[in-house]
Amino acid sequence: MALTLDEVRRVAALARLKLSEEEERLFAEQLSAILDHVRELETLDVTGVPPMTHALAEGEAVALRPDALVPGLSPEEALGNAPAREGTCFKVPRIIE
Amino acid sequence: MTRTVAASDYQVVIGLEVHAQLLTLTKIFCGCSTGFGGAPNSHVCPICLGLPGVLPALNARVVELAVKTGLALGCAIQPVSVFSRKNYFYPDLPKGYQISQYELPICLGGGLAITVDGREKFIRLTRIHMEEDAGKNLHDVAADGSSGVDLNRAGVPLLEIVSEPDLRSADEAVEYLKALRAILLALGVNDGNLEEGSFRCDANVSVMRKGATQYGTRAELKNMNSFRYLKQAVEYEVRRQVALVETGQPVVQETRLYDPARGETRSMRSKEEAHDYRYFPEPDLPPVRVGEALVARMRAEQPELPRARAARYQGSLGLSAQDAGVLVGDGGLADFFDAALSARGGGAEAAKKVANWLIGELSRLANETGLPPRAWKLTPARLAEVLGLLDAGTVNGAGAKLLVEELFRHGGDPAELVRRRGLAQVSDEGAIEAAVDAVLAASPAEVERHRSGKKDLTGFFVGQVMKALKGKGNPGVVNALLKKKLGGG
Amino acid sequence: MTTANDAALTGLSLQAASLELQAGAISSRQLTEACLARIAATDGRVGAFLAVTGERALQQADRSDRRRAAGGALGPLDGVPLAVKDLFLTRGVPTTAGSRILEGFVPPYDATAVTRLEAAGAVLLGKLNLDEFAMGSSNEHSAYRPCRNPWDLTRTPGGSSGGSAAALSARQCFGTLGTDTGGSIRLPASFCGVVGLKPTYGRVSRYGVIAFASSLDQPGPLGRTTWDVAALLGAIAGPDPHDLTCAARPADDYLAALEGGARGLRIGVPREWFGGGLQPEVEARVREALTTYQRLGATLVEISLPHSRYGIAAYYLIATAEASANLARYDGVRFGLRAPGVRALQELYSESREQGFGAEPKRRIMLGTYALSAGYHDAYYLRAQKVRTLIRRDFDAAFGRCDVVAGPVAPGPAFKLGERTGDPLQMYLADIFTITCNLAALPGLSVPCGLARGLPVGLQLVGRPFDEATLLKAARALERELGPAPVPAALEAAP
Repeated sequence: MALTLDEVRRVAALARLKLSEEEERLFAEQLSAILDHVRELETLDVTGVPPMTHALAEGEAVALRPDALVPGLSPEEALGNAPAREGTCFKVPRIIE
Repeated sequence: MTRTVAASDYQVVIGLEVHAQLLTLTKIFCGCSTGFGGAPNSHVCPICLGLPGVLPALNARVVELAVKTGLALGCAIQPVSVFSRKNYFYPDLPKGYQISQYELPICLGGGLAITVDGREKFIRLTRIHMEEDAGKNLHDVAADGSSGVDLNRAGVPLLEIVSEPDLRSADEAVEYLKALRAILLALGVNDGNLEEGSFRCDANVSVMRKGATQYGTRAELKNMNSFRYLKQAVEYEVRRQVALVETGQPVVQETRLYDPARGETRSMRSKEEAHDYRYFPEPDLPPVRVGEALVARMRAEQPELPRARAARYQGSLGLSAQDAGVLVGDGGLADFFDAALSARGGGAEAAKKVANWLIGELSRLANETGLPPRAWKLTPARLAEVLGLLDAGTVNGAGAKLLVEELFRHGGDPAELVRRRGLAQVSDEGAIEAAVDAVLAASPAEVERHRSGKKDLTGFFVGQVMKALKGKGNPGVVNALLKKKLGGG
Repeated sequence: MTTANDAALTGLSLQAASLELQAGAISSRQLTEACLARIAATDGRVGAFLAVTGERALQQADRSDRRRAAGGALGPLDGVPLAVKDLFLTRGVPTTAGSRILEGFVPPYDATAVTRLEAAGAVLLGKLNLDEFAMGSSNEHSAYRPCRNPWDLTRTPGGSSGGSAAALSARQCFGTLGTDTGGSIRLPASFCGVVGLKPTYGRVSRYGVIAFASSLDQPGPLGRTTWDVAALLGAIAGPDPHDLTCAARPADDYLAALEGGARGLRIGVPREWFGGGLQPEVEARVREALTTYQRLGATLVEISLPHSRYGIAAYYLIATAEASANLARYDGVRFGLRAPGVRALQELYSESREQGFGAEPKRRIMLGTYALSAGYHDAYYLRAQKVRTLIRRDFDAAFGRCDVVAGPVAPGPAFKLGERTGDPLQMYLADIFTITCNLAALPGLSVPCGLARGLPVGLQLVGRPFDEATLLKAARALERELGPAPVPAALEAAP
């Protein structure tokens, strides 16, 4: 199954990846090869098979968290890794709504 | 939009999606406070910041409140429900996905009754699901026009309550929203604050020609943070869509922002980009299992719901539909009413009096101060005492009003206040007669005019006598004496 | 400078080092200094570490020594130098996930597994090399430096926990933690001749471990012996309120069960794992190990895992779909790399992610985004989840007839660096035998079973859910028969 360059660009836009033209070509080719391999799943009859969406078996889970306050981070700690800040806000380019 | 269209030829179809913030102490997936206020990013931790390596730890209380709400709204509580990731990029969404419920929400079906123009109508619900709120983007935080991101609200628990497209007018939409709000308030799961956005709604609006079998294309309206704005936004949007259809233009499926300043809706172009949320089950959270024990516990916690309460007020207490509606529209007011009436004792007559005080004077004070009944310094028992003093003639109406305001603001013991502030009513005939005589003597011209029958000046004389008695005169005695002295008018 | 005495110390197993500490024959400081010296002498060639936190380690060692002097030693790990894959968050110590996008990121909290190792008194030497975001089978996708196999420096140590296996093989520390999403602990353990355990999904908390594929990832220990791995697992396993996918049941006493032997053990041998691309020398070592088990009183049962062949396809859809969401938070807003000079929001995202991610994460984000996108979700992602159910059912049926499943870890021994980097699909096929264990959420282990062309070969054992004790016991039985694993010679030659 061949993935077109347009499809690659659409997916890259969804994933917020600005690919170079070379990457677009390379990924179109490589992803096509992988998707070809993946197609062997189509040969299986999965009618009536439930999807395994969670890996932990029912009955193994711990109790949910009680609604009790836990100390968090100070604004300084929260912003400790921020690439840019303004006051105690994370700073980003102007957001146009 | 100046053109008059034959709106009566069209059927309006509305469905509401309500987001209600749950009244929990902590966020849905971490132990951070849900409290308002505080500097940006002061109620955050690695989890709600979406730092690498974190995992969501679901708050048990969120599930309880969702079940409690679902039971009140007659929903089918799902024994197994699943969280999903809704993927999109936005600065106020730290993980790049919102944890929400998609294919398997916690509640399905149900609904609630509304009354519009005296007719009762049942509005069905599609579903209720749990999800996390986003943070807040702040605009123009820096001189260069940059935006800022505050994640204090990120991860605050929300219930999304989705109605079927059963609403047929802006008024029905408003009634539905009021009824739903009253139920959530009665349940104690939400604070009902539209202005601050802890109770907010989006409206899906479409129009179709009467008799048509297919719904028209719908627009999703946002940013209606009051009942009035909801009504205005829907009415505007209906006019807009009808005008489009009438002139043969297509209605575009889009998100439209209500602009309260202009009373219009406008397209949010930035949101027009085709969304592909790529939902899939959240692998970090096991399916939510709601057992019979939890359902039973939440059933036991069900309060009397607003419509049942209003029916009781109208039936056994004889309140008007209007008064009953106001009282149950706000859970705290009805609770206060019940407690005050129980303390006062008595039947329909007492109920009417308590209701009048709550709907009149106390609602005025509550609006002025923004305080919900729970925060008043006046307790239901104290209000009952004031009513007792009034009925016993210890204070008159004006005195009771002063007393209530004083108690509302500062609290205290009514009887003691009456003494300390000298609010006791003057019923002594001698004292009142002296005042009446003095007033009549000082106003010979008015007496003459009154007696000649040219003008009934009773009101003027009552006012003057009351003024002389510093507002404390017993109105019955004052009236009787004036009538006697003025010779029956 | 590595002295003869240092070499004697760093060559000890974790168990032996622990006994020496308990006997008072050596101090934690001595052990730690020996490891730091060994790292300094060898890691220029191996590349197992991305960061060495020597000073911090020595402080921890001194604290351990003081505890012991005061009679308050904490247990078998107290004072023992260990290291963790640079996917585990360490408070105050930079954590990169092997990616440029996290360069300079200093976590404000510790992973639960790290907290537990430190609570057990362990000394942490630093952060170990890996494929970027644990995506890879050769460690060649590290954005920082290549990691080499101590048995042959021209070969890969395996991935993605390449540093975790190479550091042990190179005698740089006594135990490590890695993570395993599709074979990322077992493959490097096999390639480097050490023991590696991927626990049952939900046995060890994932809190504070940077996510690759949330329903498949599982942290686990690597060591030079089964005892070492059992001790490490005992320290990190068990419920964690921070991870709701971590099981409520308490950890077992893995050391107590270790010497139980193989008598009476029913070993399932899946016919599907012994065909196709399996190299003859590797098959020979695996068959010899099975014969050894028979000699020890175990019985071999031929079983079938008919859906194994679909494992790679299902895995690469599920893992990439989850990864595409897990890697969305690297957006240049709150932490990590932000592309310089961007003026618009969309540029901030796409430029930062383009500059910060290497080729492999990009490829997987693309594949996962595609598999989840409108119109393809059911055909790819949902179908893969259903196939996952079928794979799990294969194992459930097999465990009706056997106690563990045994087979090779990989089709061949360590391959040459650069050999597969141009062909992602070939790289993915290195995980063909390990991947079904992750899809089925079962525990799996790699234990050395000899050499093929001078390179280590691992035997893979897969167990019932939460039955790590049986896996370790079975591996120990083989280890006892085969004697101490050989030491790689490549590093001892002049640099």
